[in-house]
Amino acid sequence: MRPYSLLGAAVLSLGLALPLLAQSTAEAPEAPQLSKSTTDHSKLKPLQKQFTSGPEVTAACITCHTEADDQAMHAIHFTWEFTQPETGQMLGKRHVVNSFCGNVAGNEARCTSCHAGYGWEDMSQPPPQQSTAVDCLVCHDRSGQYTKTADDAGFPPLAPVAKGTKTITGADAWPVDLTKAAQSVGMPGRDNCGNCHFYGGGGDNVKHGDLSSALYEPAREVDVHMSADGANFTCSACHVADRHSWAGSRYAVTVSREDAPHKPGAPRDIASCESCHSSDPHPASLMGLKLNDHTDTLACQSCHIPEFARGGVATKTFWDWSQAGKLKDGKPYHEEDFIQSDGKHLHSYLSTKGDFKWEENAKPIYAWFDGQVEYTTADRTIDSTKTVEVNILHGDPEDGRSRIWPFKRMEGRQAYDSELNRLVYTHVWGPTTDTALWTNFDWPKAIEAGMKAAGAEYSGSYDFVDTYMYWPITHMVAPAEKALECESCHAPDGRMSNLAGVFLPGTNPNGLIAILGKLLVLATLAGVLAHIAIRIFSGKKGGPDV
Amino acid sequence: MSRRCVKVYPVFERFWHWTQVLLITILLITGMGLHGMHHLLPFGPAVMIHTITALTLLALWIFATFWLFTTGTWKQFIPRIEGMIEVARFYAWGVFRGEKHPYKKLFWRKHNPLQAATYFGLKWFVFPAIWGTGLLYLGYALWEDAIADSSWWLSVVANLHLLAAYVIAAFIIVHVYLLTVGHGFRSHVRPMVTGYDEIELTAEQEAYLETNEPERLRHARATPAE
Repeated sequence: MRPYSLLGAAVLSLGLALPLLAQSTAEAPEAPQLSKSTTDHSKLKPLQKQFTSGPEVTAACITCHTEADDQAMHAIHFTWEFTQPETGQMLGKRHVVNSFCGNVAGNEARCTSCHAGYGWEDMSQPPPQQSTAVDCLVCHDRSGQYTKTADDAGFPPLAPVAKGTKTITGADAWPVDLTKAAQSVGMPGRDNCGNCHFYGGGGDNVKHGDLSSALYEPAREVDVHMSADGANFTCSACHVADRHSWAGSRYAVTVSREDAPHKPGAPRDIASCESCHSSDPHPASLMGLKLNDHTDTLACQSCHIPEFARGGVATKTFWDWSQAGKLKDGKPYHEEDFIQSDGKHLHSYLSTKGDFKWEENAKPIYAWFDGQVEYTTADRTIDSTKTVEVNILHGDPEDGRSRIWPFKRMEGRQAYDSELNRLVYTHVWGPTTDTALWTNFDWPKAIEAGMKAAGAEYSGSYDFVDTYMYWPITHMVAPAEKALECESCHAPDGRMSNLAGVFLPGTNPNGLIAILGKLLVLATLAGVLAHIAIRIFSGKKGGPDV
Repeated sequence: MSRRCVKVYPVFERFWHWTQVLLITILLITGMGLHGMHHLLPFGPAVMIHTITALTLLALWIFATFWLFTTGTWKQFIPRIEGMIEVARFYAWGVFRGEKHPYKKLFWRKHNPLQAATYFGLKWFVFPAIWGTGLLYLGYALWEDAIADSSWWLSVVANLHLLAAYVIAAFIIVHVYLLTVGHGFRSHVRPMVTGYDEIELTAEQEAYLETNEPERLRHARATPAE
């Protein structure tokens, strides 16, 4: 039907256009739609078959894309390992402890459901090394129906899907059509990245605060770059890839850069605002000049992301693990006391996880940041009398490269070894073990099993310690007209009033000089009033003498 | 000696004075807002108004300095000790006894010694302090990389700017109040509006003006000499 109607339209418009052809060629018939890609994967023989597993699809992919598996297996999406270049610390999901679900070790099949591979079930070993262990589809499926099972070490749900099975986004699982997925492949869309990254920490926007399902189809106010009414970017417009490694890291963040900005599409390897916008991005007006004066002090994000968790999805800001394990009549229960702006009730208590607090449209905290993040890994001694920083932000106002950056500060209370004074690994997930916290609600067993899985020394005694964890805010950039107003910070109770290392006009109307000045003016006024009073009492007003 | 109504403030000087009144008022109000004392204006627009007003005032000052030196008016502002004690004594004592202001405005000297000293201090110290610190404040981005602890130095600049502003505010209070002392508010303000004031002229001065600058004498309003 469609080709005929197209042809009809073409003939009709040609007929209409002919008399006008002398004046204008603009109304010439539309050219037939050309495929954007040079390859239609549905026409490729290796993909025209019934696939029965994810690895089978990968095997088909690498018959043509011969180096793709090798590239992918060297990237952090697969290794979950990162050597911090400045501190030398070994980081990555495989090693760090966070204040959310804690650690991967001991909880593998649940956590590695979002691994860009298949079948990583033991953190003490590197990820599976065979070529087909790479999951091409999770990033390249464009059919929209590929997903991964929530607790199956990265494998997709296939028919028949057991009742109660969930996907990585928490939805009820459906049987994935692997052939359809394989034939649809293309460059990653927002959904490919988002299906894992929007759901970090066990739910929508739980972890990051600036990465939520609101970014699948964001309004312009929520994200000016990703909105269809804005630049309509996918994640990879900024997070450019080279050999399957992506620009952008929250272990080593690019905070400032010196070289010239790049035009869209120009080769570059860094995901930063300045990569495209330069370090003096404001218009050449008096106001623009003044705003450009700020860019060597502030990260763009500080003004241009006025709040995080915008777009109607709240983020978790407090998680007290010490309250986990309470039961009612021997059974786990939950409370849903937080109501999101869309009316959805969110957990404020879960027997499995403890107490939560949530925030929507949350104000960031601000700190000097040079991009380098140190982690309180489980081999480090902590001071349990203080709030422990799970990750430590490096930055110095005087170093010339640090900027004031916005952060989500996650407040936590989590388990630690009370004799060795170290954070502990906890075995939380394990439906079939008799030690997993979420099944057995027994902390001593869960910690012991977690420490064993991680191969870490454990004294046998534990307690809970208050923690902070910082999440650099960089997504959900608002349109320019929705950026912070000056007085958000330039006011006595402004957002940065407690930040050292920066002089902020307007924040301190009662400094020493201000008090001296006020006294001077008051003394002058008092003198004048006294003068007037004496003139009145003496009855001589000093009137005109003429 | 005769008392004549003479133009003592030419058009430019009056324009200079009243433009300063307007600009300094705007600067004080916006400056207080920027300092966090009130929130009548959003911070951004207040910065813009403050900056544009300050630059306008600076331009005016450049013109005024040029004018002062080319016309020789600068001599009016050189402070002299002579007569200062009498004027000070008058404000502290004589004014309460109904005495007349001891200073007689002269053709070549329209300020009394205290006034001249005050303006000298303002022009040589307070105004340069406020526009010097203001320009450093405004141009912070141009020098911050050149020195260590630039944030601390900026706070010094800002505080000096603030201190100078308070001194100017105190000056304005006294300046306005003193208009009510002696000849009275209206007769003090009138010359700065019309340009004309009654002053004592020597016979030579009178003859000079009548011959060479008759437009500076206003015959109709002249009153008999005392």
